[in-house]
Amino acid sequence: MTDGATDPAAAGSEAVADLLRRRGEQIAQRWADLPFFQTVFTVTRDEAVEAGHAVVDSLSAVAESGRVDDLEAVGFQPIREQLVAMTASRASSGLSTAQVDREVGALREAALELLEADTSRLGAEEVGEARVQLLTLFATLRVLVVDTMLQENQEIVLRQRQQLLEMATPVIKLWDRLVAVPLIGMLDSARSQVVMENLLEAIVEHKATIAILDITGVSTVDSLVAHHLMKTVASARLMGAECVISGIRPAIAQTIVQLGLDLGPVTTRASLADALEWALERRERKELPTRGNP
Amino acid sequence: MSQAAQEPIRVPIRKDTDLTAVRQHVRALAQRTGFGLVQQTKLVTAASELARNTLLHGGGGAAEISVVHGRTGPGLSVSFVDSGPGIPDVDLALSDGYSTAGGLGMGLSGSKRLVQEFAIESVPDGGTRITVTSWADPYSARQGAR
Amino acid sequence: MTSSPSTIPVLDLGGLLLVSIQGELPDESAIALQEDVTTAVANTGSRGLIIDISTLDMVDSFLARVLAEVAASSLLLAARTVLVGMRPAVAITLVELGLTLPGMDTARTVTEAAASFGVTIERTGRDAP
Repeated sequence: MTDGATDPAAAGSEAVADLLRRRGEQIAQRWADLPFFQTVFTVTRDEAVEAGHAVVDSLSAVAESGRVDDLEAVGFQPIREQLVAMTASRASSGLSTAQVDREVGALREAALELLEADTSRLGAEEVGEARVQLLTLFATLRVLVVDTMLQENQEIVLRQRQQLLEMATPVIKLWDRLVAVPLIGMLDSARSQVVMENLLEAIVEHKATIAILDITGVSTVDSLVAHHLMKTVASARLMGAECVISGIRPAIAQTIVQLGLDLGPVTTRASLADALEWALERRERKELPTRGNP
Repeated sequence: MSQAAQEPIRVPIRKDTDLTAVRQHVRALAQRTGFGLVQQTKLVTAASELARNTLLHGGGGAAEISVVHGRTGPGLSVSFVDSGPGIPDVDLALSDGYSTAGGLGMGLSGSKRLVQEFAIESVPDGGTRITVTSWADPYSARQGAR
Repeated sequence: MTSSPSTIPVLDLGGLLLVSIQGELPDESAIALQEDVTTAVANTGSRGLIIDISTLDMVDSFLARVLAEVAASSLLLAARTVLVGMRPAVAITLVELGLTLPGMDTARTVTEAAASFGVTIERTGRDAP
């Protein structure tokens, strides 16, 4: 594809690179008045022109390398961060990805018009090939912008998910060597794992011998949730602490029975208050709460 | 879906003290790859089970440990290779409680639960290769529904 | 299996045996420990055996079996075994492996384990009342 001067595509992209270099200032000036630049750089127009220049330079570098359809082209690297900032700014003023995409699409007109005006320097065939390369280059820029926006959204979702994971599972010290975890909302595998690890770490930290898992706020108990609860109870027992599950609402008790789930040797209580009473009674006894059954 | 980043570390499994070396190598590499304590412990335990399997059933062999990169970020892939008699019935060997060497019968089936990916290639009289892969952050949102 | 003496001491606290397993435990040492402990239980006529594994960063099915067998054979000699100080990551892994050690008692600390045999370990250090 980049096979010297005999390759029309290579000649086309070289012509595009040349055009963007020579007419960079004009293009940046015209872009500064388009919404994609104008609305982001509101302080001075020079700022918008400068940002436009950076984009033109970058496009010119990509065209020179002949990789006009390659998102990973090195030439795109310098403007990635700038595009992140610009698209974030557009998105925060309420524009959808499609709307931002349209604004970026409008950028190519300036370059196309300048290419037409340039025909005196090139033959008709060369202009045709250069136009194809230029259109491809701007199409790639649009994909790059959309890709940046999607990546940014993904980052936000990841961050929020992590925050939710950490926020939703507090471990409370109720009494000397007695801890409780109130579980709220939906329990999926990831959250159950975090709950289990937090609770077991808290058992070590507070030298707890008894832990209360309160599921009053859990919306549904299916076999997956029940399985996770059982694993938590079994792990705590191996560590030398006993678990009691409280807050089993009547509806959930019925579900557990109807699903045929066996909570096995797990101690259960209807309310957190009942569980606390049971725990305090239990602490009075000398024998280990975690007897095996040989 | 995942590819090795560099040459794997090869640890021979010839005698039972070699199991200690396998565990230490896996632990050290898992720590360096950013594994959390629980993920680390699960992988090291699985490696211990499978290395013992290689020693007792495969008549010795080696463990090959390599850092891999997948959709959820970095991970470790550990292969246990022997040229022993092979596993005649893989499905049976993977069931809980199946034991031929007097263990608790949790070696193969149990270690499968400790890792994210598990593959057995076994040829009768042609040896066995068991490869397990574990991710540093298996609950990353990048993994999607889970 | 060759039986070499285990490097792990079995301490006799007067009718109560204490074993603290430290660091990496090769299979051979685990088997030697199993023999040493069972012999010590028989010789001392102890009622209780406390095994502290708080420094272990891994317990696989082999070691779990050794521990379960120690507990079972001690029980035949009328001694109850309490496993002490298992770390969270180790516990999660064992449960995932399907090994919940139903035949063993467990405790957070040696003090609690001793208390279950009616032996009180008083604090004498800085935190003493």
